[in-house]
Amino acid sequence: MLSDEEKEEINAAAAAYPVRQAAAIDALRIVQRRRGWVPDEAIAGVSEFLKMPAAELDGVASFYNLIFRRPVGRHVILVCDSVSCWLMKSDRLLERMSGILGVETGQTTADGRFTLLPSVCLGACDRAPVMMIDEDLHTDLDGENIDKILERYE
Amino acid sequence: METPLTANIRPGREPLDIAAYRKNGGYRAVQKALRSMAPEEVTGAVKDANLKGRGGAGFDAGQKWSLVPMGGNAHRPKYLVVNADEMEPGSFKDRLLMEGDPHQLIEGAILAAYAIQADAAFIFLRWEYRLAAGLLKQAIAGAYRSGFLGRNVLGSGYSLELNLHISGGRYMCGEETGMLNAIEGRRANPRSKPPYPQASGLWGKPTVVNNVETICNIPHIVNNGAGWFRGLSRTGEGGTKIYGASGRVRSPGAWELPMGTTLREILEEHAGGMQAGYRLRGLLPGGASTDFLTPAHLDVKMDFGSVETAGSRLGTGTVIVLDNRSCPVGMVLNLERFFARESCGWCTPCWGGLQFVAQLLTGIEAGQGRMEDIGLLERLAGMLAPGHTYCALAPGAAEPLASALRFFRDDFERHIREKRCPWRDA
Ligand SMILES: Cc1cc2nc3c(=O)[nH]c(=O)nc-3n(C[C@H](O)[C@H](O)[C@H](O)COP(=O)(O)O)c2cc1C
Ligand code: SF4
Ligand code: FES
Repeated sequence: MLSDEEKEEINAAAAAYPVRQAAAIDALRIVQRRRGWVPDEAIAGVSEFLKMPAAELDGVASFYNLIFRRPVGRHVILVCDSVSCWLMKSDRLLERMSGILGVETGQTTADGRFTLLPSVCLGACDRAPVMMIDEDLHTDLDGENIDKILERYE
Repeated sequence: METPLTANIRPGREPLDIAAYRKNGGYRAVQKALRSMAPEEVTGAVKDANLKGRGGAGFDAGQKWSLVPMGGNAHRPKYLVVNADEMEPGSFKDRLLMEGDPHQLIEGAILAAYAIQADAAFIFLRWEYRLAAGLLKQAIAGAYRSGFLGRNVLGSGYSLELNLHISGGRYMCGEETGMLNAIEGRRANPRSKPPYPQASGLWGKPTVVNNVETICNIPHIVNNGAGWFRGLSRTGEGGTKIYGASGRVRSPGAWELPMGTTLREILEEHAGGMQAGYRLRGLLPGGASTDFLTPAHLDVKMDFGSVETAGSRLGTGTVIVLDNRSCPVGMVLNLERFFARESCGWCTPCWGGLQFVAQLLTGIEAGQGRMEDIGLLERLAGMLAPGHTYCALAPGAAEPLASALRFFRDDFERHIREKRCPWRDA
């Protein structure tokens, strides 16, 4: 179920639209920001709160790449694997990240610290290869600087 | 050379706040339009300016607006949507405009909304643009405080609500009817057209969707006139254009240049030519879903008409450069995997076709291809071409594929003959 704070935030988001269901994606993100991901009981809570069928909301949640229906680590890493980064050897970057963290893409480290995900173009192709960790963009990743960057995320 | 879109943008520094923006002439176009121009006059000026939509398809902006029902009988509320999704691989121009001068976008949105008499507007922004999100939120709040948004803007009697919608993340959200579904809180599948959004868009009401760069041009057209705007260009299509380059060039980046600047000038003068040890093999002129061009095309003028004549599309105008030390088959595989992953699954030729394309290319790249795969890929590209699918994702996916099979055929055949990728061990 939803907390009062979540409900309040969702109501604020819903004010932008003439129809309550339109706040579905905002609501899922509000839940995710607080809980890290969107568990089944949150789908039930949001669907009831926005008066839309739970199955439809689940369909919406699973459609979007940035709504997580499974638990993720404390920090989510998005490594761009689109074309400009590929031309700048992003496959090596992804391999290296995978090696350092000891996980394949799509997985979370055993200590729950990082989830490693591939991402579509992050719109910073002139500074390729790039990745995001949580809300931070990291650019011009030459392989040397990765350890230092990861250290910043506890 | 005039660069109206980037005049306020200072690399590495914070964008102008509302006071500084106004000191530089900002929001003067809103004052002018709301006090002295009828909505139809604003649309008329944009039409005369010959502003082609900068989202990739190049549809005439003024003409799009003129399809919106006007007057007392029009369905209300009407909506304006600013497409700030920018998920086309290789594109990063809208990021520059939003991070560099957020008020320019807000001002343009107010003017566009006024021209079609929209009651509400949304900026649809991809989540990953965190910096832009913060700046836009702040800019919107500032515009409300100064009376440029909200009820009775500047005492004109015109009212407008503007909200920022942050995407859940999917390439299909950038397609305009998919975007309407996304804003309504649904999956971003496209809608069949007609009806067009101008007649029946958000919640069935008249809606215009325009790209960020398109909208950023509007204040300058209103301030300086259509003739001035057309004069910025080197060709018949009005204005400047934010071009960009990525890949193995010396100075990747984005630059505001006259519309119609040649590929050669963009790549050699602005991007600084190729990095030492790399040669130009080919390029995608405007994002992942445009046809390859080759070094023989360097004198092509980068406007919508000229690039189309050359066999490709201007798209987003951000050039992706293929160098001689990267495998063309690998590059096409990367592109098609993207399209396969992002296909929404609504139509079979797209969903199934792209899975198959990616599978065949994976085989060829791994040295397990057969010569007949090339013909098969050509047929699949034909199946993805316009007319077979609901939206332009599939045709977009076909463009780099079909053109690569034409220009880099030897490379495909070599992979198959030698049973390996010649670039892999190099
Ligand atoms: C799959 C797909 C993705 C698209 N993504 C974008 C995008 O991210 N930004 C954009 O402005 N247009 C995008 N478009 C084009 C839009 O559908 C639409 O043509 C455009 O926003 C109209 O704006 P304009 O007339 O100002 O160019 C996309 C189209 C397709 C088919
Ligand atoms: S062409 Fe592809 S992305 Fe577009 S509607 Fe059909 S399946 Fe979806
Ligand atoms: S391709 Fe990686 S940021 Fe655009």
